[in-house]
Amino acid sequence: MGLLDQKFENSNVVVTTMDNLLNWARLSSLWQMQFGLACCAIEMMAASASNFDMMRFGVIPRATPRQCDVMIVSGTVTLKMASRIKRLYDQMSEPRYVISMGSCSNCGGPYWEHGYHVLKGVDRIIPVDVYVPGCPPRPEALIEGLIKLQEKIRNESMAKKKAV
Amino acid sequence: MIETLEKPKTSTGKTLRTEEMIVNMGPQHPSTHGVLRLEVVLDGEIVTDVIPHLGYLHRCFEKHCEHMTSYQQVIPYVDRMDYVASMTNEMAYVVAAEKLLKIEVCDRVHYIRIIMAELQRIASHLIAIGTFGIDMGAFTPFLYYFRDREKILELFEMTCGARLLYNYMWIGGLSHDIPPQFVEKTKEFIVGFKKTLQEVNDLLNYNEIFIKRTANVGILPKDLAINYACSGPMLRGSGVNWDLRRDDPYTMYDKFEWDVIVGKGEMGTVGDVWDRNMVRQLEMWESLRIIEQAIATLPEGDVSKAIPKRIRPVPGDAYGRVEGPRGELGVYIIAEDSVTPYRIKARAPAFVNLSVITEISKGAMLADLVAIMGSIDIVLGEVDR
Repeated sequence: MGLLDQKFENSNVVVTTMDNLLNWARLSSLWQMQFGLACCAIEMMAASASNFDMMRFGVIPRATPRQCDVMIVSGTVTLKMASRIKRLYDQMSEPRYVISMGSCSNCGGPYWEHGYHVLKGVDRIIPVDVYVPGCPPRPEALIEGLIKLQEKIRNESMAKKKAV
Repeated sequence: MIETLEKPKTSTGKTLRTEEMIVNMGPQHPSTHGVLRLEVVLDGEIVTDVIPHLGYLHRCFEKHCEHMTSYQQVIPYVDRMDYVASMTNEMAYVVAAEKLLKIEVCDRVHYIRIIMAELQRIASHLIAIGTFGIDMGAFTPFLYYFRDREKILELFEMTCGARLLYNYMWIGGLSHDIPPQFVEKTKEFIVGFKKTLQEVNDLLNYNEIFIKRTANVGILPKDLAINYACSGPMLRGSGVNWDLRRDDPYTMYDKFEWDVIVGKGEMGTVGDVWDRNMVRQLEMWESLRIIEQAIATLPEGDVSKAIPKRIRPVPGDAYGRVEGPRGELGVYIIAEDSVTPYRIKARAPAFVNLSVITEISKGAMLADLVAIMGSIDIVLGEVDR
């Protein structure tokens, strides 16, 4: 903030578009839903813990969907869980984003062929913005997925509605 | 206990109607450690009944084992069963499979397996205590423990390339030998980790608030623990001196000197939440002792010599069991005249330990239920399989 303070010391007026302002605000404080499904949840925990520290991107885990902007589907989505995930997604307020983390939630992963109780991709029930591959993805991969999502938000426009 | 309390009255002297309340805890709840749903029956704030609902992470483990093309291909699925302690799961499976195939592996393989299993036990207990601390309102131990857990994961990554799910222990050997700098790095880790353990011991376990939240809460008596077939820190926390590593020494655990940690009821009653947490805490010191001895006397040998090219056992069955971080993990393999197993059944300690929750949380406050849940240390991948 130091640089910004010095720059606008005398005339503190910034001219920008509404899109830029809103997008900047949205992408800088992506609150994440604290919701682990399976193995990937451990890597998600590692990503928010000391070594990787996702909080530096403004990603703060919240325990309720009402306060969240991004849902990280971290792990295998089973048929029994699918309706609950849909419901949690519906409870999030817009604009909302979804990161599908790991092979299981991308396409079923190792449970693709014989998993009679595994949903073959979370995109069959909710729209997904970013897919992070891996089984499980490293925390660095999750952070890259997050940065990709931030890029996506940066290019959004209020005039053009997000296609859901 | 509730009946003795006087019922609240209105200003006209009439008794107010009260009724039990049913609260659903989970499947999305930060302290159910995954996707478990607890149906909690409440009388005011006192828990009168808890009904766990499972199956939100049922990933068809047994079906996959039947449909693989070889015994070796089962190992990745065994990894994903208890994803916090993959190495231990692999160990249970390879112990059972080697018993079935009557394969003898060299001492070096045994030693490396023990080092990996003990490192994994530490990593698993770090998550258990760290998240339990969060449930109790202490965030700092979680950050300290994850910092050190990353160092263990670095050791694993250096050895087999994966951070969480390894596919490292194969039937008859290991996928790779340990790299040359492994021993040195492990020694470095042990020195640094002992400081963290001491630090967190002062920060968390003997913290006044933590003791108030955990002592005399969720008491699991000795006989109940045995009747429910609890194992691991749940059983030892209740004062039962039982550890498979000592009582049924698989691989080469009888070569090392270490102690079985038993709950003593230092802060309250034997078998309370504090005891179970403390058993985990002290077990890490014992694991470090085993690792130190193992890396000091690591024998030479070829770790992939005994790996069979094609596995086709004679029809029969075998049961292998190991002491995982959560308790007795057993794998039962039935083989027919084929290259794939006929059936594999896993005895998951987390599932068995979870079954006792109804008994020990009756009469507790709702906030204590979170403490009890955290102290059981369940992993839903293993409960539902």
